[in-house]
Amino acid sequence: MSSVASNQSNKPYEPLEYSTEDGRLRILGFWIFLGAEIVLFSCLFATYLVVHSHTAGGPTSKELYDVKEFMIETFLLLISSFTCGLGTHELRRHNAKGIIIWLIITLLLGLGFIYMEVNEFVKYATEEGATVGRSAFLSGFFVLVGTHGAHVSLGILWMTSIIIQLAKRGVTAVTARKVFIVGLYWHFLDVVWIFIFTAVYLTGMVL
Amino acid sequence: MIADIKAFLSDFLVLGDPLIYGADISIVLSMVAIVFVLSYFKKWKWLWKEWLTTIDAKKIGIMYIIAALLMLFRGGIDALLMRSQITFPNEGFLDSQHYNEIFTTHGTIMILFMAMPFIVGMMNVAVPLQIGARDVAFPYLNALSFWLFFVGAMLFNLSFVIGGSPDAGWTSYTPLAGAKLDPGPGENYYLIGLQLAGIGTLATGVNFMATILKMRAPGMTLFKMPMFTWSSLITSLIIVFAFPVLTVALALLTIDRLFGAHFFTIASGGSPMMWANLFWIWGHPEVYIVILPAFGIFSEVISTFSHKKLFGYKAMVWSMVLISALSFVVWLHHFFTMGNTAAVNSVFSISTMAIAIPTGVKIFNWLFTLNKGRIEFSTAMLWALAFIPNFLIGGLTGVMLAIAPADYQYHNSYFLVAHFHSVLIGGTVFGMFAALHYWWPKMFGHVLNEKLGKISFWIFMVSFNICFLPMYFVGLMGMTRRMYTYPEGLGWMPLNVVITIGAFGMGIGFIVMVYNIYWSARYGKRDKTGDPWGGRTLEWATTSPAVEYNFAHIPKVETADAFLHMKEKGTTGQISKAPFKPIHMPNNSGKPFIQAWLMFFAGFGLVFEWYWLAIPAAAATMLVMAFRSFEYHDHHYIPVEEIERTESATGRLN
Repeated sequence: MSSVASNQSNKPYEPLEYSTEDGRLRILGFWIFLGAEIVLFSCLFATYLVVHSHTAGGPTSKELYDVKEFMIETFLLLISSFTCGLGTHELRRHNAKGIIIWLIITLLLGLGFIYMEVNEFVKYATEEGATVGRSAFLSGFFVLVGTHGAHVSLGILWMTSIIIQLAKRGVTAVTARKVFIVGLYWHFLDVVWIFIFTAVYLTGMVL
Repeated sequence: MIADIKAFLSDFLVLGDPLIYGADISIVLSMVAIVFVLSYFKKWKWLWKEWLTTIDAKKIGIMYIIAALLMLFRGGIDALLMRSQITFPNEGFLDSQHYNEIFTTHGTIMILFMAMPFIVGMMNVAVPLQIGARDVAFPYLNALSFWLFFVGAMLFNLSFVIGGSPDAGWTSYTPLAGAKLDPGPGENYYLIGLQLAGIGTLATGVNFMATILKMRAPGMTLFKMPMFTWSSLITSLIIVFAFPVLTVALALLTIDRLFGAHFFTIASGGSPMMWANLFWIWGHPEVYIVILPAFGIFSEVISTFSHKKLFGYKAMVWSMVLISALSFVVWLHHFFTMGNTAAVNSVFSISTMAIAIPTGVKIFNWLFTLNKGRIEFSTAMLWALAFIPNFLIGGLTGVMLAIAPADYQYHNSYFLVAHFHSVLIGGTVFGMFAALHYWWPKMFGHVLNEKLGKISFWIFMVSFNICFLPMYFVGLMGMTRRMYTYPEGLGWMPLNVVITIGAFGMGIGFIVMVYNIYWSARYGKRDKTGDPWGGRTLEWATTSPAVEYNFAHIPKVETADAFLHMKEKGTTGQISKAPFKPIHMPNNSGKPFIQAWLMFFAGFGLVFEWYWLAIPAAAATMLVMAFRSFEYHDHHYIPVEEIERTESATGRLN
């Protein structure tokens, strides 16, 4: 389609989201912002690891974490990252309908993830007496994992608004940039989750 | 019912202190006066259209600088109150609680709400012009940054009349700042106010990194950038990597205080030292965030008024890069005495001393720039020249403090207080005053009066030394910081009297500077040329003040000191040469202003734990962001006729 057309003009292939000055600027700006996000999560990880053993007689990570549940959470989020990537693939083909379908699937997987996480938190709090105020370990756990969850929730709202804009306006340089950036955000959250999976859950099952 | 209201008000308002009542009255009177003046001169619409909704970096910069000067006044009053209390032994002017509150607000305001906006303001004023751009990368975000800083500062300043000020020092160490030892809204004000302003600063960092990396005029490679732009780039990088740490630290302590978590408590496994670490992992890079832009300004000013190329351009850049890297690995020197092993202290001692090397390189570069230059003693240049020895004193005492075993003697004494005031005033404040005089014509179209400028310089600079040099000695005599009074017979009084005289002298110097601003606005020499100092960089290529779109044609750059090169080649006219093309500009928007005030109310709700206010205000904030996402018509084109009209009005059209 029009991506083919742009190839005829002797210029190297340029994705639509990079085709305007504004688009290039905002994508760079978002990468820089993700750099800041890495620092933010690093601090939360460091804090969690420092207080991991400070359970103050309350439940420990070994007692709390449930392998089946966090494995399902992990698969939901990892698959959602893949479907989000398929959305970007459709973006390169300028196929608005395809993008919307894959983004909606991404959203549903994200919602499933959030549902499981909320259930997990509620179960800890009600059944195990594990609340944010119980011990330093639990403060660290809830704030680290909860910050990631809050990011995913915000991402769901954000992606919803972009799906609406895409449905209204089709694939333009502006909507393409928006899809691309929300995709960056979503993949980034996936990367953070991989660290939570290893540093919080897997490590927490062993130590 | 009435008893309930009475009980509520006695917690909500700060009662019983005549000083606070005086502040209440003056706040109400000045609000009334502002409303009256705006209504009388029918300026409300002008205020909204020209300032509150502007997304022009030049105007945002001016608003930052006005806010910084107001905060300098507030922080300065705090300082004078403290000095009045400890001039003589056993004074009863302030009680211990009031004194604690004042040193807390003094420190916090001077760093976060004076130095930071002053610097960000100068970046907004100068960076787009220096790189030949029409605006910053994200003008809307820029306005949001400013308003977040502004409401953060307002929230913090509100504390002393509503609810009570924070009182745990600007470092807010836990467990002292925790809910158990410090209940009430005071510390919440600190946490939320800084959080709001900090988010704004982080966005500024992202914005200026993107601006400088992507929006430079054609031909301006990185190593042809003006030195202030370089310092702004590196500062932005430090902001992006340091401010999230502050965000986390503040958020964790807020969660501790409001929701009973145990990050920094003594009980239930919390770790109070974690706060000290997080705070200073942000806090030490913050020191370089406020000094590097000042270094950039000194480089510009010294080069301009020596009429000579900056000596050692590349060494200047690489030393800043090195400083930015080292700034992240020295944080522990703020608590050598808090129980680290000798090995840990040694590592941080050495890394701290290492910072003196690139800084020394810079000092020598400035000196060699002066060497054989044709030095012009303008006011801006005087501030720059005074910086070198004054900063050097602060820097060398810093190396003394960096020696961990010796630090056990100096720690938390007035020696330390004198050290960081020497670098922060002798470095940052002198730098900002130099920039104020240097870029004033570019901001307002007239030059600040040189005679009044020099009078204020000499009063301030001499008083600064009268104030802080004795502090080193009273510190070595054993006087510790943050003590609200001291007994007789320790021999501290004579030096303290001298210090207080110096402090009031600095106040007088500041008043003369403010008078100069007033005088120059009315009678000052107008700058018709756009280039009052014989400038070398692109901000002097356009008019004073710069037109809305900065440059009718984006200048082409061949060398560093691009404007000087243009003048030598006689190509300065090209910027205003017809024919023109329509210029793409972003639209003004009231949303940043509205969003920031919604966040103010969300923050105010959190301070008092009024979730009925905090939650709706936060939800409304999200709504404004959603509206912004759905907004597609947010830019316009300035038509060619209008550019021609503007350019011929400046007399530059050729």
